[in-house]
Amino acid sequence: MRVVIAEDSVLLQAGLTRLLGDGGFEVVAAVGDAEALLRAVAEHRPDVAVVDVRMPPTHTDEGIRAALVIARQHPEVAVLVLSQYVEERYATDLLSERTSAVGYLLKDRVAHVADFLDALRRVAAGGTALDPEVVSQLLVRRRADPLDRLTPRELQVLKLMAEGRSNNGITEALRVSPSAVEKYVSNIFAKLDLSPTDIDHRRVLAVLRFLGA
Amino acid sequence: MAAGPGAAYREAMSWRETARDWRPTALALAGVVAGAVTATVVGGLVLGWLAATWSLLDGPTGAWELAWFYVVVTLAGPVLLLWATQGLGALQRARFRVVLGAEIVAPPRAAGGGWPLLRPVRAWRAPATWRQLGYHLLAMTGGTAGGLLVAACWSAPLPAVAYLAGRWGDGPGAAAGLGLVALSAALLLAAPWVARAVARADEAAGRVLLGPSRSEELALRVEALARSRAEIVAATDAERRRIERDLHDGAQRRLVSLAMQLGMARASLADTPEPVRQVIEQAHEEATEALAELRQLVRGLHPAVLDDRGLDAALSGIAANAPLPVRLRVDVPARCSPAIEAVAYFVVSEALTNVTKHAGAGQAEVTVERAGDRLRVVVADDGRGGATLAGGTGLRGLAQRAAAVDGTLTVDSPPGGPTAITVELPCES
Repeated sequence: MRVVIAEDSVLLQAGLTRLLGDGGFEVVAAVGDAEALLRAVAEHRPDVAVVDVRMPPTHTDEGIRAALVIARQHPEVAVLVLSQYVEERYATDLLSERTSAVGYLLKDRVAHVADFLDALRRVAAGGTALDPEVVSQLLVRRRADPLDRLTPRELQVLKLMAEGRSNNGITEALRVSPSAVEKYVSNIFAKLDLSPTDIDHRRVLAVLRFLGA
Repeated sequence: MAAGPGAAYREAMSWRETARDWRPTALALAGVVAGAVTATVVGGLVLGWLAATWSLLDGPTGAWELAWFYVVVTLAGPVLLLWATQGLGALQRARFRVVLGAEIVAPPRAAGGGWPLLRPVRAWRAPATWRQLGYHLLAMTGGTAGGLLVAACWSAPLPAVAYLAGRWGDGPGAAAGLGLVALSAALLLAAPWVARAVARADEAAGRVLLGPSRSEELALRVEALARSRAEIVAATDAERRRIERDLHDGAQRRLVSLAMQLGMARASLADTPEPVRQVIEQAHEEATEALAELRQLVRGLHPAVLDDRGLDAALSGIAANAPLPVRLRVDVPARCSPAIEAVAYFVVSEALTNVTKHAGAGQAEVTVERAGDRLRVVVADDGRGGATLAGGTGLRGLAQRAAAVDGTLTVDSPPGGPTAITVELPCES
């Protein structure tokens, strides 16, 4: 799989290039700012772009804005945004632009190599990867709404869905049986008034409701 | 009053020092010159204005251009007199500064802004303008008289010498001559003290009439204090931003890199001896924990998202990072000034740290709302209560921080709880 990396720290750029190379990705370009990123994406048409949020010149949210441009102009390119802090506001920006082939993780997560590479593959394959930290930030804003009807366990399952996990992934994370997970998931759909038409679509809707988007 | 070099002049001096001190004399003589200038300028303006106004009231005769001239002078007169009053005031203050080293602060000018044509009206309504004009009238009369008196004392020997040179030895005039010599000697000897008395009176009048009044002085002081306090608050914010940026670009990146390398090492540890593996695994875990701790710490300083997207966006980060469940409700339709946002952010961050450390609470709730031009921040918890400003729990620091931007902090924390800390801040600062 072909990757473009945008990261202004030379140290981390080199580290990420090596990490992804060892993980079986082909790093076709590694750049240091948002403009160079957009050029590289247009030129190389990678499968996925790994983007740092704070980059020159203002060191605020360049990466997020570049990711939004990529999501709009290159629907075929998956985007994984990395940052030393995650902000729910940036997450909702990203998710309102696209709800698939998108990820937003703390940079800390690269230290857990296997998990990080899994998340990157998931995003590249059209899935999502949201940092648990973003999810808990979204949770503090929960108002009185249908989400209050969920049991703590169901909320936990919804949180894992929001992070982008499949039913199998949730089964592993919670160490419960697959049938229990299916039951939680269908309870969530029922409590959020999502009609049983299209399973995948309902999943996205549930997550969106959860995110308040 | 500023105790400048002029203070020495007002302190007690030995007679020898007084006799040698040339400054009071110089001040008095300069006062004569300044009095003459004042009389010319103020007198000319007042007379010109009276004449023009009188001609206008009396019904102008002659060419119509003349009538226009009268109108212009009548209207411009007060403005010119105002400028003259302020300019001469500056001149007189300079006289005290240069000759005595006595610094008299200029009274505050009427605030700028508003309709420019009304500015002279506002200036004429300020007591300081009338006080200065009063000093100028005094300078024309008393100042000039005092200066001439000093000059007369110093030059007293001249007529005596002339008299003696002309009439020495003439019988009947001898007694009068002796009297004249004695009088001029007495005047000469008294001159330094006369000069000193005149200068003292002049300076006292100058301080009262040319400087700010007590309340104006206090207003100036309050203004200066408010300005310096705002600068300190801004400097503190800038410092926090700088530390945040430095850590973000420095230590945090290095730690991410370190944790990543250790992660890669850990992933390729298939046939490594057990002890080495354990060490690497432990190092990896420590590095990721250090990273998380540092992130938490830095997030409390001044996150980039606070400048970028405002208080609302920034607060969810600290609320989510607290080790207890926190509910966050923010209703701020229009953003406050960056300094106030920074204080509010700091307050929530510190208050939640406090709740975690001291309250033994099960959950907390953060409410931020804007009512008019006030920002209200409430951090409530269901802990054991009993929090006070005196308790050394960091609440005191929060109160100081709020007070630095004219905000207030109140603590409602009965023993047994619950606790609510309310901070109210003015939105603009």
